[in-house]
Amino acid sequence: MSELLAVENLGKKFGGFVALDGINLSVRKGERLGLIGPNGSGKSTFVNCICGTLRNETGSVRFEGALLDGKIAHQRTRIGLARSFQLPRPFMTMSVADNLRIPLLYTVNARSGPRITSGDAAARTHELLALVGLEAKALHRPSDLTQIEMRKLELARAIATEPKLLIADEAMAGLSQSEIDDILKLLMQLNERGITVILIEHIMSAVMSFSQRLVVFVSGRKIADGVPTDVMRDPDVVRAYLG
Amino acid sequence: MASFNERAATLPCLGTPACGMSYDLLINAIVAGLLLGGFYVAVTIGLSISFGILDIVNIAHPAFIILGAYVVYIVNSQFGLDPILVAVVMLPVFYALGAGVYQVYFLSFERRGQAALRGLAFFFGLLFVNEVALILVFGVDYRYVTAPYIGPSLRLGPIDFPLRMLIPFLTAMVMFAAIQLFLSRTFIGRAIKAVSQDQLALRLMGADPTRIKRIAFALSIATASIAGALLIIIQPIEPSIGREFIGRAFAICVLGGMGSLPGTIVAGLLLGVVESLTATFHGPSWSPAISFGFLLITLAVRPAGLMGR
Amino acid sequence: MKTWTFFLAGLAVGALTFGAARLTGNDYVFFAGYVVLQSVVLATAWNILGGYTGYVNFGSSAFFAVGAYTTVFFYKTFPMPVPLLVLCGGVVSGIIGLGMGYLTLRLRGAFFAIATIALLVVLQTLIVNWTYVGGSRGAYIIRPQSVPLLGSYIQYLFLIMLTLAVVAVTCARLIERSQLGFGFAAIRDDEMAAEASGVPTLKLKLIATTISGAFMGMAGAPFPYYISYLQPSSAFVLDYSVNAIAMSMIGGTSTWLGPVIGALLLGTLQQVASVTASPAVNLLIVGLLLIFFVIVAPNGIVGLAQSLRARMRR
Repeated sequence: MSELLAVENLGKKFGGFVALDGINLSVRKGERLGLIGPNGSGKSTFVNCICGTLRNETGSVRFEGALLDGKIAHQRTRIGLARSFQLPRPFMTMSVADNLRIPLLYTVNARSGPRITSGDAAARTHELLALVGLEAKALHRPSDLTQIEMRKLELARAIATEPKLLIADEAMAGLSQSEIDDILKLLMQLNERGITVILIEHIMSAVMSFSQRLVVFVSGRKIADGVPTDVMRDPDVVRAYLG
Repeated sequence: MASFNERAATLPCLGTPACGMSYDLLINAIVAGLLLGGFYVAVTIGLSISFGILDIVNIAHPAFIILGAYVVYIVNSQFGLDPILVAVVMLPVFYALGAGVYQVYFLSFERRGQAALRGLAFFFGLLFVNEVALILVFGVDYRYVTAPYIGPSLRLGPIDFPLRMLIPFLTAMVMFAAIQLFLSRTFIGRAIKAVSQDQLALRLMGADPTRIKRIAFALSIATASIAGALLIIIQPIEPSIGREFIGRAFAICVLGGMGSLPGTIVAGLLLGVVESLTATFHGPSWSPAISFGFLLITLAVRPAGLMGR
Repeated sequence: MKTWTFFLAGLAVGALTFGAARLTGNDYVFFAGYVVLQSVVLATAWNILGGYTGYVNFGSSAFFAVGAYTTVFFYKTFPMPVPLLVLCGGVVSGIIGLGMGYLTLRLRGAFFAIATIALLVVLQTLIVNWTYVGGSRGAYIIRPQSVPLLGSYIQYLFLIMLTLAVVAVTCARLIERSQLGFGFAAIRDDEMAAEASGVPTLKLKLIATTISGAFMGMAGAPFPYYISYLQPSSAFVLDYSVNAIAMSMIGGTSTWLGPVIGALLLGTLQQVASVTASPAVNLLIVGLLLIFFVIVAPNGIVGLAQSLRARMRR
């Protein structure tokens, strides 16, 4: 398998606080990667730097071999890098279906290839909503959704960009076991279609069952990277988690 | 465009037979600028609290200052009381006014998550209503106050210290020191500084973030009472003059690093000096643009510093 | 309705309005109507940026004044018919809008709003100090006594503003229903999420500031001919800014209809009130209405009507 994402020596500071300290990470095409770490360990900052929401101070990010430096967020989305936000950020004045039309019109249509007509868009929106089980809510406003449905919408909007790499940032927090299983199944399905997935999660059972490889961040550094069961036996990781 | 250059070229030569730079003029302009800058600190400190710390874009802050100035004017012209004394007596009233405005703001916008667009329009409406109401009551005539220190000057060698500027400067510094002490030494003060960053920690400490914000906003409006008195001591006022201070106050607030009180004082003095030098050497008609130009350049050049909060 | 159908319908309504106004045989109707139509253009223009993308512009007066002073400039250097001046005013104000956007749109919304006030004062200071266009003393524009076909000059100006209003409203409606307007709404709702969904936010915001600024400038271009003596203090008054915001907010900011309703209602009210009350009372009413509406009916008259209809359906 070839390399999809290559992060080299990535660093970011907020004032005097070092959020990311020389992170190196390589993700292969089609891989399922789990990323864990205590609160404030830099996971979300890492996502933000990769997706262009924040600018990294040192290091570089390569996607399919191309350097991403200077590319702003929407351009990274268009080349196939999608993320869901930790706290769902739906477009509140639009219907649930329209929330998914935005990435279809602005990302999928911006790529070379056949353009999506408004009829196609309606069909695709429906398909995506069915995938996450929100068909019944298509015409509702996001404010009518429950917290869980909101997370599903967030994920669906990221999937709608037809990404090569999907970063799911704590998509399962607060969900019940059966809902977690639903989302895991969905992510597995996407992965089977060839989408590389980085799962950032606190719920260990989900991470362990999903990930082929596990990476651990502590205080902005990568302290472990490898086969999940080995990583969890690593004394550094045990110390970070159990104090 | 020729007229700009003519004026720029001739003015620096005033009072100097050899047409070189007049040091007296320069030093006096700098001193006048520092005194003016002290007053600007009083104008801005409230905004540094509301906009800088609380993230409430109170563009009506100058309107509250004008309101304070008119209150001082009424009492001073009726009873002859000292302007600054009047402002100090009025502090609780302005504090209550601020608490009331915050309550409306909180219930109508902040809680509904609509602070951005509608909250701005709300404060803009307040600004405008205040101005028009004052015009209806007092007309557009310039109003002024009388006090023993308006008129005389202190002279140290070639340097002129008009008391009309010196007293406001000193009052502003006292107010600044008091607020600085309050924010850094008291529990509520430290809670105010923390409120925008970590509401969860505040809750854990048993402090209600909304109450803390209300206190802070009320305090910011209370400073407008003092700033209003200083304003009307320094210059005669009319209702629409408040607009000029929107740019100045926001320029200082942003330049000073949003909510940093030491930054506010440095930026305030700096703007005062730059404005004073411009007025002396290029003519006063240019000085309103200085602060706004400052602001535009700051916004354009240092966006990272502004957003990296 | 297709955009062309809408535009033609708009022109038809305009023609009827013009005919009705002529029937009154009173030029005052045209003087008052001109101001109301000017409000329609300003509010519609403000709403393209403020309502659709959520970026508040307090500097409408500045863009209006730039349009007006462009006319003064060309009046002195290269006289042209008013419709061409409208285009010139639009181009210059559009460029200012674009520059303004470049300067500030990387910032959060609040800074943009403050920067627009800054722009207002900076431009006013420039004009006050620019003697060629009259400086602080102002500039006289001599307007012809009459025009062919129409007769009185005010009817000619009225007709120009009427056309401009129809064009502006059609354009706003077109944007609202296009992919562009859809992207604007995404920016307004959540800029970070919009970017993550592939919306080129900076580019879209620049388009919005340019279009919005251009229409405001167009609204200002015929103004010197309307008042025939233009001073910086009459072009840069905050009243235009307040009116543009208040009319949009009172009508409702999420559709093209809102600003139109707001401007027609408030503009007419102001014209009627100006006969009986002082201009200050007039503006006080606008300010109070603005505060009242943002607190009580945040979605304006259109929003009220929509929720009423939704309730009736249930």
